[in-house]
Amino acid sequence: MNITVASEKTMTSETHPIITISNLNKWYGKFHALKDINLDVNKTEKIVICGPSGSGKSTLIRCINRLEVHQEGSIIVDGTELTDDVKQINEIRSDVGMVFQHFNLFPHLTVLENCTLAPIWVRKKPKIEADELAMELLKKVRIPEQSQKYPGQLSGGQQQRVAIARALCMQPRVMLFDEPTSALDPEMIKEVLETMIELADSGMTMLVVTHEMGFANKVADRVIFMDEGQIVEQNNPENFFSNPKSERTKLFLSQILNH
Amino acid sequence: MAKQIETFVRLPDRNPPSSTIGFISWLRQNLFSSVTNTLTTILFCYLFYLYIPPFIEWAIINANISGSDRSVCDANKAGACWTFIKVRLDQILFGLYFASNPEQTWRPILALSIFTIILIPLVMENIPFKKWLLLFMLFIYPLIFIVLVYGGFFGIPVSNTTQWGGFLLTFALAFVGIVLALPLGILLALGRRSEMAIIKALSVTYIEFWRGTPLITILFMASVMLPLFFPSGVEFDKVVRAMIGITLFQSAYTAEAVRGGLQAIDRGQTEASMALGMGYWRRNVLVVLPQALKISIPSIVNTFIALFKDTSLVSIIGLLDLLNMSQTASRSLDWNGYDIEGYLFAGFIFWIFCYGMSSYSQKLERKLDTDRRAE
Ligand SMILES: Nc1ncnc2c1ncn2[C@@H]1O[C@H](COP(=O)(O)OP(=O)(O)O)[C@@H](O)[C@H]1O
Ligand SMILES: [Mg+2]
Repeated sequence: MNITVASEKTMTSETHPIITISNLNKWYGKFHALKDINLDVNKTEKIVICGPSGSGKSTLIRCINRLEVHQEGSIIVDGTELTDDVKQINEIRSDVGMVFQHFNLFPHLTVLENCTLAPIWVRKKPKIEADELAMELLKKVRIPEQSQKYPGQLSGGQQQRVAIARALCMQPRVMLFDEPTSALDPEMIKEVLETMIELADSGMTMLVVTHEMGFANKVADRVIFMDEGQIVEQNNPENFFSNPKSERTKLFLSQILNH
Repeated sequence: MAKQIETFVRLPDRNPPSSTIGFISWLRQNLFSSVTNTLTTILFCYLFYLYIPPFIEWAIINANISGSDRSVCDANKAGACWTFIKVRLDQILFGLYFASNPEQTWRPILALSIFTIILIPLVMENIPFKKWLLLFMLFIYPLIFIVLVYGGFFGIPVSNTTQWGGFLLTFALAFVGIVLALPLGILLALGRRSEMAIIKALSVTYIEFWRGTPLITILFMASVMLPLFFPSGVEFDKVVRAMIGITLFQSAYTAEAVRGGLQAIDRGQTEASMALGMGYWRRNVLVVLPQALKISIPSIVNTFIALFKDTSLVSIIGLLDLLNMSQTASRSLDWNGYDIEGYLFAGFIFWIFCYGMSSYSQKLERKLDTDRRAE
């Protein structure tokens, strides 16, 4: 299985982090939502972020493509620091794919049009090329036969796979996932996770906010536990699950693993 | 378990009790359900009996339609004088220029026919190329209208706007108001939601200013005040002045209708398009507006209805729209005294258009409703 979107560039500088977050602080009004976050993400690395609700997981990954603006510290994506420069932001966003909890597909466009909209208007790809790429990726997520349907006609699991294909159509260097399976019925979670595992196997750099610990165990290079806007601990999955260091992490793991 | 399935007997479908269906029971449930309801029904039946038959007698049975001057009507005062409408139809529909040049009336007739022919498929469902028809209507049709009605090209004689009037003027004012106010209103609605404080403040001020000012005042200002700001001798075309005033006014209402649609679109749509690297205009033009406009069509159409009726206010600056032209015609020496017929006719034409727009918007609302339930 290889979803060939992590391009050759990935190979050249293995050691250089693709995302560097240093001393990141973020407030919503007076509420301190992220506190002194430091995180480097290397190319092809898969990071799973977990933590209780409201701990700042979404805020953190939304800062990476500037859906949220931070007030202190720096975020460098692929060598470019995130600033207020709109043009730069759009360039970074087009290189960073994002998959949302509620899919956020464009309901007025067909599945195929969802996938080709940004390639055509942002990447300036000719329509034929964009269609071809989109069909190829829809095949990879196993729904090419739905390409002419509208999102409203698909099941939740199918919609989320379209959302993944839509993001991949921009041929991003990094993919961000914000609880991609938590709005899905149990029987659909599996099909989405399978797609994500295949994507991981293809060498994509991924940051995934999820509580699917089976997925974390299988694909993560690192698991990060967040609480109250801070990174409490991070480790490889084996150590993270078998001997968590902090009490907070232990409590959290016991809660989500035992239900 | 198996036993239970064996003993299951499918009951045959029966009709509902006859006392709950049929015409009689409908009457009982809707018109005579209670004492109050029964009294109301009887009262209104009596009022209808008092007023409707005499009206029909006057408007249809005894009405005059023959002849070409008032002598027929004067001889039979018991009936309406539709002869007046018949004789003055060109004037009431197309204004003074076409009334005095009857050989030219093919121009407005053709212009309005083209409009109708494009409009019909536009409001029907499942018609391909709707987008192109709409673009044609918005950009090409106004040119056709100018060439045909105003003239001055291809040897077509000019009909000066000072002589425009009647339904044709009503149509031209409403069309321009609607078509120009739409893009302006969209920009204002976007401006009102802008993150840039200045743009937002300007949009809010503009919208609230025009919404808070009666159209009649705006038209009056356009007519009396505008010339004060320009050297005397600069003659403004009255029709153009009215069009500007109406467009500025209408755009504020369109903006509010569009804003309603924008508010209904989930924030996730904007975020998803941001995450794909789309800039402000691409996000709005390609993702947000197509969805928002679809939702706001019913309320936009409602503002159109209001505008269509309000065009009569141009009488304040001396323009004669459908209503005022009917009035003028009924006050001419030839037809003095037949103003009721004039008002009825003008009212009837207004009603046809407003009712048409209103049914269309209700149909859309129902369709949106079922669409949303299907999602
Ligand atoms: N737009 C916002 N305005 C104000 N507070 C917010 C906003 N978004 C999130 N928060 C707050 O920030 C904290 C972290 O939120 P979030 O990152 O969504 O948590 P998580 O994804 O881990 O559940 C929460 O307490 C939440 O209430
Ligand atoms: Mg979250």
